[in-house]
Amino acid sequence: MVKRSILALSAALLVCVAIAAYVVLYLTKVPDSARAAQTSAGTELYLATVPASEETDPHDSWVSYYQTNVHDTNWQHKTTYVLPAHSLIHVTVYQYDGDSGLRNPFISQATGTVGGTFQLNGKTTTAIDPDTASHIFAVPQLHLSVPLQGVDDDAKNQCGNAPCTLQNAHQTISFTFRTGARGLYRWQCFVPCAAGYIDGFGGPMQTVGYMDGFLKVV
Amino acid sequence: MGTVDNTPHFRRLALLWLIATLILTPIVIFVLGPGLPPGNGSMEAAGQTTDNIVLLALSVPVAMAVLITLAYEVWAFRERDPNGPVLDGPAITGNSSIQMWWLIITTSLVLFLAGFGSVRLLEDGSGGGQGPTPLTNPTGYKKALQVQVIAQQWQFTYRYPQYGGVESPKLVIPAHTLVEFHVTSLDVVHSFWAVQLAVKADANPGFDNVAYVNTQQPLTFNIHCAELCGVWHGYMFAEGKVVPKAAFTSWIANTQKTYGPATKSLPPYSKTYFPDPQGRGG
Repeated sequence: MVKRSILALSAALLVCVAIAAYVVLYLTKVPDSARAAQTSAGTELYLATVPASEETDPHDSWVSYYQTNVHDTNWQHKTTYVLPAHSLIHVTVYQYDGDSGLRNPFISQATGTVGGTFQLNGKTTTAIDPDTASHIFAVPQLHLSVPLQGVDDDAKNQCGNAPCTLQNAHQTISFTFRTGARGLYRWQCFVPCAAGYIDGFGGPMQTVGYMDGFLKVV
Repeated sequence: MGTVDNTPHFRRLALLWLIATLILTPIVIFVLGPGLPPGNGSMEAAGQTTDNIVLLALSVPVAMAVLITLAYEVWAFRERDPNGPVLDGPAITGNSSIQMWWLIITTSLVLFLAGFGSVRLLEDGSGGGQGPTPLTNPTGYKKALQVQVIAQQWQFTYRYPQYGGVESPKLVIPAHTLVEFHVTSLDVVHSFWAVQLAVKADANPGFDNVAYVNTQQPLTFNIHCAELCGVWHGYMFAEGKVVPKAAFTSWIANTQKTYGPATKSLPPYSKTYFPDPQGRGG
């Protein structure tokens, strides 16, 4: 009888420990983050958007953001970016994906950037044709939204899976915005760009680490 | 076999219930009531606060009956002396008078609340979504400021059809004005909840859901999505503003100028939208 009671108690204890460990691990699991580069020009964040993740990724057909550097090398599959509070952030996005079009054409115009503009391949602009949008970089809490124009369908040397190089067909989009107070801000893409999912909004659009993430403002 | 306990428990209970109800009901109405949500951010909010006070005040006697009976029984029927006699109450023989009053009181309470709620809803919709053809239109609704709330995963944007159909990522409305919200969605089901204004209306794709609100003094209010709509549902929140009329006039003029390029790309104003393309959806 005593032996059976000890066994039952041990089993119950084991289950409780397993549940507690699961909860603790779940609550403390934070996606890997990458720090923006500090240069003489200020804080610089280099990103890339690709039509498909690297071939070793569990979802190698999913569209995704990456963090990279000024030379478009050293790609990191991270979508949580550490930025300083109340600072100007210069963002450059190397955009390798084709266009999908916008569900709401309103967001074809940039908002929340310094001057309300952005640079598309070096040319200052405020908006793009909604049908040519490939992705959006938006931080709704900051009212920041910048459309990323897609690569032409007939462009040569298009990139497939990440990582890509500057020799691949791409668009270069850059803009500057100001961070707010310390905190966690989510960012996301608003283009229905998830191929193969209902309304293009499943898979990478609903999974943190692909087309959305956080700005960790410190 | 113990002796019979002839203590007048029911009378005691009734007296305790009466005292507690007489003390707590005014406290609920006059002390707690004014602090109940959603507050006085709009006429609809003030109305909902009144409704909440009525509901809470009517629940006090009911709650007191349950709690005092429970507490009294724990106290009165405890075992005072483990070695003493076991006492029993008088035999239960049924009481048609109590049964009748129980039915009368509970039925009256439920019917009153049903009637009260229906009347309040029929007055002006109480800030709730009433579908494309509202059952009740408030006075002066034909001159209301129209604001279209467009939901998508995961943000709300706002379109002002009386101002050239300009769209804005911020919701700003004038004080002391009747506003007619037209709530719709571009993708899945959302729910537009302007907390302090007491407006809550579902946002369904291909559906125009109308809700009215009479704004009062300037204030900042919270906006949340109140329908689980995907991975960022919990982050689908923002702030809106009720501003003086002059400030609104200035703001809308500035917004028309700022979002001029985007406005050119927008489809003509419509109660609903069926966006095309659907992206790369399968």
